[in-house]
Amino acid sequence: MASHGVVLLNSWVSMFGMRVMIALKEKGVEYEYREENLTDKSQLLLEMNPIHKKIPVLIHNGKPVCESLIIVQYIDEVWNEKYPLLPSDPYQRAQARFWADYVDQKLYGALRKVLFTKGEEQEEAKEFVDVLKVLEGALGEMPYFGGEKFGYVDIALVTFYCWFYAYETLGGLNIEAECPKLIAWAKRCMERESVSKSLADPHKVYDFAVGLRKKFGVD
Amino acid sequence: MNEKDELILLNSWASPFGARVRIAMAEKGINQYELREEDLFSMSPLLLKMNPVHRKVPVLIHNGKPICESMNIVQYIDEVAVFNGKPALLPPDPYSRSKARFWADFIDQKVYGTMRKITRNRGEEQVRAKEELIETLKVLERELGEKPYFGGEFGFVDIALVPFYSRFYAVETLGNFRIEAECPKLVAWARRCLLKETVSNSLPDPLKVYEWVLYVNDKFGIKQN
Repeated sequence: MASHGVVLLNSWVSMFGMRVMIALKEKGVEYEYREENLTDKSQLLLEMNPIHKKIPVLIHNGKPVCESLIIVQYIDEVWNEKYPLLPSDPYQRAQARFWADYVDQKLYGALRKVLFTKGEEQEEAKEFVDVLKVLEGALGEMPYFGGEKFGYVDIALVTFYCWFYAYETLGGLNIEAECPKLIAWAKRCMERESVSKSLADPHKVYDFAVGLRKKFGVD
Repeated sequence: MNEKDELILLNSWASPFGARVRIAMAEKGINQYELREEDLFSMSPLLLKMNPVHRKVPVLIHNGKPICESMNIVQYIDEVAVFNGKPALLPPDPYSRSKARFWADFIDQKVYGTMRKITRNRGEEQVRAKEELIETLKVLERELGEKPYFGGEFGFVDIALVPFYSRFYAVETLGNFRIEAECPKLVAWARRCLLKETVSNSLPDPLKVYEWVLYVNDKFGIKQN
């Protein structure tokens, strides 16, 4: 098997799955990609992630690894001879884990609130931008969150970039106007093949979001 | 990490998250540090400076530099305190590490929030929260299986979970149910952990935690009935 026993269960629109794809590409790992229909989950997914029943799931030699950031750390530790994603210094590593965790805690929830729930959109839109501004502050003047090198926190955050168009159009916001440095950073990341090949097309994401809103009765 | 290092732990005595860090420090033989009690209704300037993003305890300050988020601090301690001859808290191989991180994350996602729903609510919401908690603890019990500790040896996942044992009494009393009746193996595991001095010295008295929960409820205007 050309994929050397690495399988990724994913959904094309998931910013969490894209993180794993970027990490695998950075490490040059060949893998088998399997698209999951989240309204009709496969037996394999339910078997490999019985606790959360969510994607992404990385299956390596038959054994599952779940939760996107945990998978990225796993990939970094297994394929450790090439391009480290996390810093080697323990304090820098703790900072990297902190910021990736911050993205998980704050950004997805804020995005969901604006896109997929009715009402109070202005307030929620502000929350999303506030979170981005904190992240912009953490980036500072560095090219990447990891400093000179693209790494863990960049991977954790950049996958949200392909959702920005949907967010701006449906939420009525201009993210670049609010966070120009962050957008500049995102475009810099997009120059990397691992990122540009892993992120979904923003217009397709928008169509998906519109469909989901109809389904949830938001529109 | 050596004796010249300055270590300050900003904590709150009732916090299960802070207890995780205290257990980890003790496990790694780190006893020379300053433990500073924070009043969560009146946070110190130091806490606000060291954790401006979340404004929460625990925060470990190592030679003036902050590390935040409890399991993040535990991993950090595990990585820097390597010369003490104490065992690692995370297993060495990547797959086992990913499993340990998965279960710690599961505990973070499922335990504290549900416990708070039980202590702060009554009626239908409380009933649902109780069911959710028991289900979560049963999942953890299944994961534990016949092992003495989650990782085989006492480690990362045990540290993530055992501090919540101090809250069982509060949750059971306010929820009017007994966790041991539903999850005897998990309670047995918790008692096994408490035989370790590193754990028993780091966990608050369950009765005091119960009084604290009542106090906080009162402050938020939640009825006790």
